[in-house]
Amino acid sequence: MNLKPATLHSIDEVITHYPVKRSATLPLLHLIQEDVGYLPPETCEWVAAKLELQPINVLEVITFYPMFRQKPIGRRHIKVCRTLSCALLGGYKTCEQFEKEFNTHRGEVSPGGEVTIDFVECLASCGTAPVVLIDDDLHEKVDCAKAKQLSDQIKAEAKKR
Amino acid sequence: MIAPPKPDLVTVNIDGKEIAVPKGTNVIEAARLVNVDVPHYCYHPKLTIVGNCRMCLIEMGMPAVDPATKAPIIDPVTGKPKINWIPRPQIGCGTNVSPGLHVKTTSPMVKDAREGVMEFLLINHPLDCPICDQAGECKLQEQSTGYGRGYSRFVEQKNVKPKRTQLGPRVTLDDERCILCSRCIRFSKEIAKDDVLGFVDRGSYSTLTCFPGKQLANNYSLNTVDICPVGALTSTDFRFKMRVWFLKQTNSIDTETSVGANTVVWSREGQIYRLTPRRNDDVNDTWMPDSGRELFKSVMSADRLAATTHLDARVAQAAELFNLNASAGSIAVVGSGRSSVEEQFLTKKLAAALKASTQLVSRVGQGDQLLISADRNPNVRGALVTGLISKLPKIGDAPAASRSANGDAAVPIRTGGLTDLAASIDAGKVKVVVSIGEDLVAAGLTAAQLAKVSVVYLGTHANTSSAAAKIVFPTLSVFEKNGTFVNQQFRLQKFAKAVPGPQGATDDLIVLAKLTAAASSAAMASDLGSLWKLISAEVPAFATTSYAQLPETGILIDATPFAALPFVEGETLHYKPAAPAVALTP
Amino acid sequence: MAAPAQRRIIFQHIDEPGYSNDLACYVRNGGYEVLKKSVTRPPAELIDEVKKSGLRGRGGAGFPCGVKWGLVDRKSGKPIYLIVNADESEPGTFKDRYIMHQDPHQLIEGTMISCFANNVKQAYIYIRGEMPHGARILERAIAEARAAGFVGKNICGTTYSCDIFVHRGAGAYICGEETGLIESLEGKRANPRIKPPYFPAVLGLYQCPTIVNNVETLCHVKYIAEHGGDAFTKIGTPNNTGTRIFCVSGHVQRPGYYEFEAGKITMGQLLNEVCGGPLPGRTFKAVIPGGSSAKILRFGERFKGKRKVGAEMVDYDWGVDDVPMDFDSLGMIGTMGGSGGVIVMDDTVNMVEALANINAFYSHESCGQCTPCREGSLWMKKITTRMVHGQARNEDAALLKSVADQIPGRTICAFGEACSWPTQSFIAKFGDEFKQYPETKKAAKPVGAHELV
Ligand SMILES: Cc1cc2nc3c(=O)[nH]c(=O)nc-3n(C[C@H](O)[C@H](O)[C@H](O)COP(=O)(O)O)c2cc1C
Ligand code: SF4
Ligand code: SF4
Ligand code: FES
Ligand code: FES
Repeated sequence: MNLKPATLHSIDEVITHYPVKRSATLPLLHLIQEDVGYLPPETCEWVAAKLELQPINVLEVITFYPMFRQKPIGRRHIKVCRTLSCALLGGYKTCEQFEKEFNTHRGEVSPGGEVTIDFVECLASCGTAPVVLIDDDLHEKVDCAKAKQLSDQIKAEAKKR
Repeated sequence: MIAPPKPDLVTVNIDGKEIAVPKGTNVIEAARLVNVDVPHYCYHPKLTIVGNCRMCLIEMGMPAVDPATKAPIIDPVTGKPKINWIPRPQIGCGTNVSPGLHVKTTSPMVKDAREGVMEFLLINHPLDCPICDQAGECKLQEQSTGYGRGYSRFVEQKNVKPKRTQLGPRVTLDDERCILCSRCIRFSKEIAKDDVLGFVDRGSYSTLTCFPGKQLANNYSLNTVDICPVGALTSTDFRFKMRVWFLKQTNSIDTETSVGANTVVWSREGQIYRLTPRRNDDVNDTWMPDSGRELFKSVMSADRLAATTHLDARVAQAAELFNLNASAGSIAVVGSGRSSVEEQFLTKKLAAALKASTQLVSRVGQGDQLLISADRNPNVRGALVTGLISKLPKIGDAPAASRSANGDAAVPIRTGGLTDLAASIDAGKVKVVVSIGEDLVAAGLTAAQLAKVSVVYLGTHANTSSAAAKIVFPTLSVFEKNGTFVNQQFRLQKFAKAVPGPQGATDDLIVLAKLTAAASSAAMASDLGSLWKLISAEVPAFATTSYAQLPETGILIDATPFAALPFVEGETLHYKPAAPAVALTP
Repeated sequence: MAAPAQRRIIFQHIDEPGYSNDLACYVRNGGYEVLKKSVTRPPAELIDEVKKSGLRGRGGAGFPCGVKWGLVDRKSGKPIYLIVNADESEPGTFKDRYIMHQDPHQLIEGTMISCFANNVKQAYIYIRGEMPHGARILERAIAEARAAGFVGKNICGTTYSCDIFVHRGAGAYICGEETGLIESLEGKRANPRIKPPYFPAVLGLYQCPTIVNNVETLCHVKYIAEHGGDAFTKIGTPNNTGTRIFCVSGHVQRPGYYEFEAGKITMGQLLNEVCGGPLPGRTFKAVIPGGSSAKILRFGERFKGKRKVGAEMVDYDWGVDDVPMDFDSLGMIGTMGGSGGVIVMDDTVNMVEALANINAFYSHESCGQCTPCREGSLWMKKITTRMVHGQARNEDAALLKSVADQIPGRTICAFGEACSWPTQSFIAKFGDEFKQYPETKKAAKPVGAHELV
């Protein structure tokens, strides 16, 4: 697997946090995903070798946690909260707005590969519903107008690249 | 005499019946002891307890005690100790007995809980039992009639999962039938030490998978089929071949190695369909190797020996040969560690009558630390105990082919032990060799040595020795006769006849008895009952043993006379060698 | 009666202008003084203070913290671990987020005091995966604290050493359940463990004794170490000591987080005065008082019974508005204070659709280990989704109830209750709405109603 030196360094460091190597499974998967953008097929074997596990132990973990993905996604990841407090204030409409803006459906990569939109469960910011997590950043009170504004921003940033 | 120490016993009450059970017993096992069935799926006595199926829910309570005096509180109405029942059901598999524990397994709460679990297990399960291979052996089918609600309230779409996945060379998986009990995963991890199975995805979409690119190919893979409580894992070989309820079950022993795993032979109308393990907590628990399950296939093979002449004619022919070589040492008997105790006893009698030397063919391979031991003969201990041999046969040389073999290749089995015999043949001393099912060439004699002697061959299958033999007595396989073996623990275990032998084959005991009679001109018993009278009288270790009373799980016999011998076995399940195993040098 | 003023103990500095999440700011505000003092006290004394305080866990179950610490196996000779439960994923709950993002050192100080009291040498903060900034902030704060001698080797110059590492989850609600969390921290699927035998206090992380406490709980410990257990009992009400942070979301004018003395404010005061009441032109219909798994309350229903006030038993006759917001009062009326997440629904909400939303959450989050929860949660979701998007049948209400009744009390972990209580309580309180749903569906939706599933 082709990981950046900094990633490899972080990997070796994080393993030292635990008396049992296996505990580093989630941290390693996060680090690889941050580096590569997703978890490529060789991840299971690589992590297993690193942590002295069997590959199935890693696959079981990857598929249990929704944040881990085994396929590439768009350049930006838009996660719209689906759960009750957000839905009560229009979370579904917010999601549809994003879908319209990028001409795509939740769970899919938009044409051109700019974004992937996902519905996710409660992001623990229900007081500022509806909320949206774009990559690492939380956006609050995202009604349709704000969804449009955020989309425009993403599109503008894409143009600059 | 000192009384044996009493195990720590705990008295519990199950459905009103009091019983004392050892500490550490769980409620399912305790209930079993009073013939109360607590239905369960994920619990398996030989695997870790995970408590995930929730089928074994029971109602449980403890005697109430006065907080001040700690004295039990008596219910004024019944005059019996008052029981504080826990208001929610508990799992029987994960609940260990404690003094005074009260359990109800048929209360409304328990019935309701079971009905609920059954319904949940069935909503996403295909309802096509008539075409399922597990029909008749399915715990789900069994228990849904016993504990289910009997009709479906589920009108939604069932989950769709992969059908008919080949998990490995011998095991097929139907994920839609899987109830996610994780027995197969735990078995692979904990017992077979081959951690390749796991669940992917989550919740009701969890799916059993073998890691892509890997296979469930270890030599114990079929045990997952045995323990799968439903028809999710099936034997690719046995799948849909035969309905189990048509099959007859006969207890037997795995003859692959000196472990002596207990088995069941499943047959119908003289044909064997499969071998499965039989529980013996002191030997193989509930497991057996896949390789042992294949053994029945050679029963029907084309190279089975069959006699074309009458048995007595061949016995007379042999008697003539024996007469011509009557001087001590001109006949050699090659006994077998694959023969039963009774056969070995008669082999010894025959050798004595012929004033023949005796030797045993050794078969030594690599043990797998589970149920394959290094000694690939099932009954070398029997030959020692009966006195057929007094020391262990020499270990043969590694077969030529294996010397260049790479590290991963299975270590080949070394067959040998006949170096003394070879020398005697070369010296011209031995003129006749009586072989009890052993191929002399495979055991290390050269073709030239074989050509120098007259061979009398007793055996089941054709080989170089039977081809070269002057007289051949086709005999029976382990599935076609009764007898006993002594395994590596010095446990005497019996096997029984499952199917009749082929036309033209004779029970080994009859052949041996007739040959012995011919050599000594005195009649010799060949039925097990009479033979065991002789055996008990002559063999000290069997002095108090009788075949008829031998329990299905065998008995340990006195091993002290043999304690100093350099046995080849290393550690396996329920067996620790007295001395470190003899190392095999390549 | 006018609502009391907020009493901000834990949220003292949240949203305070000029307050930043670095060590310098924290120390300027008196930070780590309590830790410095605590490490000079006998650990047993600190545990006693916590016991005396009556502090109840803020993660959801409300279990007394001192009792939990008292259960820890200290004779095994094995190391004792402390895990900070920062998974904050019960829908409707959003309090730990602000502590970690805005005042991380408060959590670290509370954690170190708790570690010292319990002779813990290694602590982990298990933070949910969807808070990447939070994780970075905590990591930076720990590094600062380590450099300043508040974390790591020889804390505050003593011989006591204890480190903290941050461990990120990856999007699974069940990691909030303490034994699921432990499995996850061990690098596995977050399958909760059976208890017995795997009580964390005895056989927790790496089969060692382990304390799992919520973020907010540990911040309260800091307060207790500073002011004493007795002082803490003076805040709040008996058996519901200290403050509670209420996270109000849904259909109110001013959703947000509010810290009050426990039991000193009623639901009505909280929603009408503090949160400004319903949205214009709407009326309150229902409220879930303690995270989405708590049983729902219907405005208009009444709760009657006897309760203990001081030494006396007193009759009570409450509407939803009258219920004091504390563990015991909410428990008495058949629901729970849980994690403090108050979700408000007004008259635009159809209860079938709201339940369908909740059921979708629970079926998605069931770990799938045990049969009743795994199959029951998905079945309930399939029924309610079908009712909304497909055919709704008159018999569905009864079926839903019966399915839900087959789950709680029969599962490995309390998720079984969490996923069935919504259905049970929605049907119990809004049964008619479920029965009428086939008709309701045909009519136009109320103005302002949102799609919920
Ligand atoms: C399904 C489920 C989810 C939970 N989620 C959380 C959570 O997100 N955060 C939390 O602190 N406790 C959560 N808990 C409670 C924990 O299991 C545990 O009781 C708590 O962390 C103990 O801390 P406390 O005593 O300080 O409250 C959850 C419990 C269950 C059953
Ligand atoms: S395949 Fe069979 S043994 Fe394995 S988990 Fe499924 S039901 Fe259990
Ligand atoms: S109750 Fe649900 S979440 Fe808890 S262990 Fe069982 S399946 Fe998993
Ligand atoms: S419901 Fe959306 S953040 Fe909680
Ligand atoms: S047998 Fe499965 S829970 Fe007990």
